[in-house]
Amino acid sequence: MKEQSNKPEKIATRAAYGGALLEIGALNKEIIVLDADLSKSTTTKKFADKFPDRFFNMGIAEANMMGTAAGLASCGKTVFTSTFAIFAAGRAWEQIRNTICYCNLNVNIAATHAGLGVGPDGASHQMNEDIAIMSSIPNMVVIEPCDGPETKKAVFEAVKLNGPVYLRLGRATVPVLTSDEHVFKIGKGITFRSGDDITIVACGMLVEKALDAAEELSKDGIEATVINMHTIKPLDRELILESAKKTGAVVTAEQHVLNGGLGSAVASALAQECPVPIEMIGIDNRFGQSGEPDILFKEYNLTTECIVAAAKKAHQRKSSS
Amino acid sequence: MSTLIKTANSSTTDIYKLKDITKKVRINIVKMLSEAGSGHPGGSLSATDLLVGLYFCKMKHDASDPKCADRDRFILSKGHACPALYSVLAESGYFDVDELMGLRKFGSNLQGHPDMKRVNGVDISSGSLGQGLSVGLGMALAGVVDKKNYRVYVMMGDGEIQEGQIWEAAMAIGHYKLDNICAILDNNGYQIDGPIDQIMSPYPIVDKWKAFGWNVLEIDGHDMEAILDAYDEAKTVKGKPTIIIAKTLKGKGVGLMEADPSSWHGSVPSKEQASEAVSNLN
Repeated sequence: MKEQSNKPEKIATRAAYGGALLEIGALNKEIIVLDADLSKSTTTKKFADKFPDRFFNMGIAEANMMGTAAGLASCGKTVFTSTFAIFAAGRAWEQIRNTICYCNLNVNIAATHAGLGVGPDGASHQMNEDIAIMSSIPNMVVIEPCDGPETKKAVFEAVKLNGPVYLRLGRATVPVLTSDEHVFKIGKGITFRSGDDITIVACGMLVEKALDAAEELSKDGIEATVINMHTIKPLDRELILESAKKTGAVVTAEQHVLNGGLGSAVASALAQECPVPIEMIGIDNRFGQSGEPDILFKEYNLTTECIVAAAKKAHQRKSSS
Repeated sequence: MSTLIKTANSSTTDIYKLKDITKKVRINIVKMLSEAGSGHPGGSLSATDLLVGLYFCKMKHDASDPKCADRDRFILSKGHACPALYSVLAESGYFDVDELMGLRKFGSNLQGHPDMKRVNGVDISSGSLGQGLSVGLGMALAGVVDKKNYRVYVMMGDGEIQEGQIWEAAMAIGHYKLDNICAILDNNGYQIDGPIDQIMSPYPIVDKWKAFGWNVLEIDGHDMEAILDAYDEAKTVKGKPTIIIAKTLKGKGVGLMEADPSSWHGSVPSKEQASEAVSNLN
């Protein structure tokens, strides 16, 4: 899997999103795109330039943008709304809950600049809590793709789905981990690597680090299964349980706070049906800060080394129990 | 494609018919709220004439084809006034009038605030204040994109315009110069905690909307002729949105509520009070 990452160029998921909108916008005339004065950063500008009649800049007013999206969707449109994750999920949470999700409308919230990966902008712009608050809303689907090609597939699948989707995208360029052979189905995780000793479940930028960790663990004789859990809600419980039963220990890894993220969801599923040792990699009750992503990932314990250590710990707990 | 109700002329006969309907609607509101034991009578009764003028005269809609793509849309942004909307929808034939007595009860489609998934004729769920004008903007933009000539009506409360999102939407609708949307402000002067000018004054209301690029019409919200004329005039204004600022009385039609509007935002009449109100309305 990993060797493919050397071939295609790195691309940020936000950039892949902009490209995907262009393609699907040409195929589907019902697609409307809204942005809140960040169209260059979110890359919706590409769509705006090509389809000016189906793009509306809503200015710096995210609450209104979400309500407008609901109104458009109620008239049969498939709407994409974009801004930074902190403003999409954070500022407009109640509009998303009451007017988009309660009405189960076809609004796809493509929120870019999620997580610590925003880097130098600092804590005010680093949205590390969005998975928790978005996945708590009934009807909402939450997806965090791991690379550019997967982002494109997610956009196309989101359009097919009837109901709201929260698409969590990043600012930083990331290597390509998936290939054309990887079928993307909402709610179905993808097993990137199979091993019998431990299961690592990751999403977004942490998938690459999970694959690197698996290689390191292999050197020490621990073979890991790595699951790219691109859909956090609905969670692929079946795949997690099947792998946990096989390996007997689980590590989760995400660029998000530990409360209410992927780790919480996986732990909840396991605790109910297959209570195996679990270790979680995520942000522990802290705000972010300015710095380049690599430095921040070290500071907040979101590294390959941290995943390796967590995997060894979980593996040890399994052996000693 | 269904045959939508044609816009009627506001002849004298129509006015009498409409007034008769407002009486029925008000009686329904009083009865259903008394039966429910909770809800919002004051703002339902103040909005009644404005709603009847729309649904029984000026709006293109068809109870037998509630999802018709060409219909005019209505958004009750002040969703707590849903007893008025439910009653108007029932009297228009969207569902049986008997269902009104299920308001707010477990298992009823008539939720405490409107739910589009449960009630035909409700174009969007509402209840959380400040959001309806944005939804109306989305519907109006969809009409422009699809080159349809339907109109979008959004009714707001005067306390509701304290919400910042209203002004985000007002700015955007003004910016896009949408003339297929008509806002209606039920200016009854009261919010839950008291008179709006004492709690958090939104005045001068007219100047604010004008400053956001809107055409503003001011009317007596209980004068049916004025109401119908305002809806007609709004249709003729091109290149900018129109808001009808309707002066109304909270609790209109029920003496004890008109006399003490502050007490009747969110409390309902007892069985005795309701029966007296109904006989006075008759």
